[in-house]
Amino acid sequence: MNSSPLLALVGGVLVIPALVLLWLTLGERLLRLLPPRAQERTRPWIWLAIPLVLGGTILVYPLVQTVLMSFQDRSGTGFVGLANYDWVLSEQVRPVLVNNLIWLIVLPLVTLGLGLVIAALADRVRYEWLIRTVMILPIAISFSAAAIIWRLMYAYQPAGASQTGTLNGILNQLGLEPVAFLSDPAITTWALIVVGIWMSTGTAMLMLSAAIKNVDASTLEAARLDGAGELRAFWHVAVPQITPTIIVVYTTQVIFSLKIFDIVYTMTNGAFGTNVIANRMYAELFQARNYGHASAIAVVLLIVAIPIIVVNVRQFREENAR
Amino acid sequence: MTAPTARRPRLSPWRGLIHLTLLLVGVAWLVPLVGLVLYSFRTIADSAGSGWWNAVVKPWFTVTNYRDAWVTGGIGKAVLNSVLITLPATAITVVICAVCAYALARMTFRGRMTLLAITVSLLVVPPQLTLVPLLRLFNTLGLTGELPSVWLFQAGFVIPFGTYLLYGFFRAFPEELLEAASLDGASVPRTFLSIVLPTSVPIIVALSIIQFMWSWNDLLVPLLFLGGGADVAPATVQIAGLVQSTGGGLNALSAAALISMIPPVVVTLALQRYFVRGILGGAVKG
Repeated sequence: MNSSPLLALVGGVLVIPALVLLWLTLGERLLRLLPPRAQERTRPWIWLAIPLVLGGTILVYPLVQTVLMSFQDRSGTGFVGLANYDWVLSEQVRPVLVNNLIWLIVLPLVTLGLGLVIAALADRVRYEWLIRTVMILPIAISFSAAAIIWRLMYAYQPAGASQTGTLNGILNQLGLEPVAFLSDPAITTWALIVVGIWMSTGTAMLMLSAAIKNVDASTLEAARLDGAGELRAFWHVAVPQITPTIIVVYTTQVIFSLKIFDIVYTMTNGAFGTNVIANRMYAELFQARNYGHASAIAVVLLIVAIPIIVVNVRQFREENAR
Repeated sequence: MTAPTARRPRLSPWRGLIHLTLLLVGVAWLVPLVGLVLYSFRTIADSAGSGWWNAVVKPWFTVTNYRDAWVTGGIGKAVLNSVLITLPATAITVVICAVCAYALARMTFRGRMTLLAITVSLLVVPPQLTLVPLLRLFNTLGLTGELPSVWLFQAGFVIPFGTYLLYGFFRAFPEELLEAASLDGASVPRTFLSIVLPTSVPIIVALSIIQFMWSWNDLLVPLLFLGGGADVAPATVQIAGLVQSTGGGLNALSAAALISMIPPVVVTLALQRYFVRGILGGAVKG
């Protein structure tokens, strides 16, 4: 952008929204020329025109195009059948899929478990707001900044040297050998997942703690009068009542792990056996310049997301059946 | 759920365990941040020789890192670029989502349920699925490297979430208010602007904060559409690029990261109530 920053700011913040509202006003003028019934029938489409065009261009068109391109060659000109999917399932890509699978299994379970424990415990203390604030902080931080924060946590010097990383500093104090968190292929993916957990547990906790506050207090009291301990009462009475939220949190975290890119990109750029689908796709796109491979590996993400989409739509329809 | 404090002694082992667990979690979550803050104020020599926690024992602080981040790291320019991306993306998102959600929530027409189902199904589409064709499209249109490419992507991509979030609110909007306006002869757009939007400020703030945060922290999209060029790179891209090109010390980078974190952290904490509302309202309820 060569023009002045101020111009860009005014254009984006004021002019574009103003144009959208102008469109509505002009549309209303035109509608007055129609009979009342036709007005009612046409108005929604005037209102929806801009969102549909933008959403269609940014989401629907590329989605369809990506699926098509996954059956095409590297430059997207000729069809090659399932060749790109053969590549996706080949030995070469398998470690990437396995890594994504590890993220997909571990991160949602840990964030859900931790989020539930923290939400349940924080609900019983006066400084809940403080815990919530601390948990929210990482949500507001970019992955780029988090990468630096966690490089400081994981920094590694060979045994004997003075450790500058937080975790190796602690290990050192305990008399243990330092660990190469970010360059030992056996543990690097796990180290990155910890960063993911640090960043996303807050979201899980916020959702679960709202649900816990809605649990019917009298049912818990009844369980206690029947002699159930706190843990049993929580597990058998509260948890069943917040199951819908637990499912929502779980799917949110599954989607988060599925599309994980930034943490890997900024921490290791896929080295030391940490590559995941989104990063491999980025590499296919910009280093190998193979659109076919890039699209096919992206479609894998869609295939994993489809069951969640189906469940979401079904639930929404049940809620809004009319 | 009310805590059963009244019936229990205040310092039972059970309560002690609760406090201890929360303390441990709080410390575990804060230590990485505290480390960054202290590290960013230490000299290069100090931080190469000993861990940041030594700053507590031997306080010796410097602002050199901040000067380096500003002068050689270009963080000032990068933060300005972040503002130029984030504010327009947020404004465009809010207007378009509000219009879309209002039409879906308060107008009756054929295809409404289908559009809603499409909105809900697009909620969880990973952004990676859209990038290859869009990159080609934006190339054809000459939009790559220009700020509007990122505005349009970020706004377009959030339409399903934003619409879904506002839909629930507009759906529950009191009918009487709308009828009264209509009887007064106000047109639909006028009712929308002068009655619906002012009444919906909390939920609109919620959407704005979430979009502000996403947009500010987005790395992949500006990286792809703007390229890594320092001229238009926002803070995320600038910092990620410097991280990858720096092998050793992170001194200037830690300062840069801290500067770039301030706006989203301040906004999120200051408007925490709305932020939480956005997080809760955007999830498909079971």
